[in-house]
Amino acid sequence: MSLLLERIHQGEILVSDGATGTYLQANGLEPGGCPEEFNASHPEVVRQMAANYFEAGSDMVETNSFGGSRYMLQKYGHGKRVEELNRLGAELARDAAPAGKFVLGSIGPTGEFLEPNGPATESEMYGVFAEQARGLAAGGVDAFCIETMSDMAEISLAIRAAKENTELPVIATLTFDRGPRGFFTMFGITPEAAGEQLSEAGADIVGSNCGIAIDDMTEIISHMRKATDRPILTHVNAGLPKIEDGIIVYPDTPEFMAERMSKMVEAGANIIGGCCGTGPDHVRAFVQAVRL
Amino acid sequence: MAELKDIQNEVIRQEIGEFIEREDERQKIVGLYANTSSAMHDIAANIILGEHLKVDELTRQAIEGGSDALEVMDDGLIAGMAIVGIKFRENFIFVPEVLACARAMKAGMKHIDPILSASGIEPVGKVIMGTVKGDLHDIGKNLCVMMLRGAGFEVLDLGVDTSPDDFIEAVEEHSANLVGMSALLTTTMPNMGKTIEAFIDADLRDDIKIMVGGAPVTREFADDMGADAYGANAVECVDIAKQLSGAAK
Repeated sequence: MSLLLERIHQGEILVSDGATGTYLQANGLEPGGCPEEFNASHPEVVRQMAANYFEAGSDMVETNSFGGSRYMLQKYGHGKRVEELNRLGAELARDAAPAGKFVLGSIGPTGEFLEPNGPATESEMYGVFAEQARGLAAGGVDAFCIETMSDMAEISLAIRAAKENTELPVIATLTFDRGPRGFFTMFGITPEAAGEQLSEAGADIVGSNCGIAIDDMTEIISHMRKATDRPILTHVNAGLPKIEDGIIVYPDTPEFMAERMSKMVEAGANIIGGCCGTGPDHVRAFVQAVRL
Repeated sequence: MAELKDIQNEVIRQEIGEFIEREDERQKIVGLYANTSSAMHDIAANIILGEHLKVDELTRQAIEGGSDALEVMDDGLIAGMAIVGIKFRENFIFVPEVLACARAMKAGMKHIDPILSASGIEPVGKVIMGTVKGDLHDIGKNLCVMMLRGAGFEVLDLGVDTSPDDFIEAVEEHSANLVGMSALLTTTMPNMGKTIEAFIDADLRDDIKIMVGGAPVTREFADDMGADAYGANAVECVDIAKQLSGAAK
């Protein structure tokens, strides 16, 4: 069993990292620029971001590869650089990681719909996920974090591609929204169904990220917990974005979120971390909250 | 007053009975079907079921049988999409089902569009839609485009990464009175405001109505940057487009 899974099975609560995109934008990424290309053009920025999170107490850091699939990269004209940009992303985070800390290879949605909802075939999309997973594995990730997904068919393909093309454990998380009839992904998956189906699809760790604020996320995790005995990861937004004086801000402070993290752990989370709007200060507060 | 039990088509009757919960909406939808033919109900039912082959066939038959194109569109296709929209808003169906319904709608419109454009009938409204500059995300925008077309709007879809100049050019070229902008990224949201400013600078702001949407966009943000309306989802997008196109005329 991988060291990551072993530590969770021993009952440890682990802390992941915070947002990537906002950090890169604060450090030179143009709005609308390709984040993954920074792995080649601005390696210092990407390495420093990982170093900051490890320094803040993260047990694991995600690679800068969320949009690193061929489907996404070719929109920026980097479709031929999938292996390179993913491998570099993994190497940079690995390079910043102290001994005993983990690097998670981030894999986000392809932005394409599978047949019959869209033009992508299963075999084509499987190949796209396999290519990205191999690049990340070549750069030395410890596990994959397949995240922000809505479609069970797409995330299942990604899980299978990662499993069949590498030996590494797979974390798989979906994004839910609160609607008039409860929590659903864009494709209509409930947290309970997600817990069950992600486990069946072969994910070693399941969970949820993004989309909603922390109180709703806690509720989602408790629903998911009823449906699976796999470890659960959550990456939570610092609330929903608001405009203040023309600037976009995420309202939830490190203290506000950290106070609620013990409830998140009670609800069933084994790994906690941040998504949009969170940074090293959030991570520091999370570490304090769960290590007490 | 029309009553639900008077609707002969079983699918339509069940759909309304099961999924349209708000009393005012139920009255409105029942009214929509009260005085239309069984052929139109059949088309609407297959829109709701997402059966694009059936809709294709039934619409063709109706047109060939002498039905008025506008009537088939309103009483068959659009009446079906009205129920689809409410089911989507209320979480009874989700994106995959709506996409199937939109495919069915498209299969029907294929027979209607040429007739309408040949006869010079004006669409409900002309909308220019696009994801703003710097943003490559289009799932939400595409859903809005499909739902707008489903409601009888003529939509020019500018795709992703649309500059203020592209929006302005499209408005001028197509003399559209409605513009819809989408953004998924918080970092590209401000480009909505910049596009609105560009319309002001081009002296076109008063000629058009602007609606905005996208996951991180809020009503507050929309007001702040001077948009005319905000839609939280594709159904709201259609509702506000109807209101705005009425107001814009």
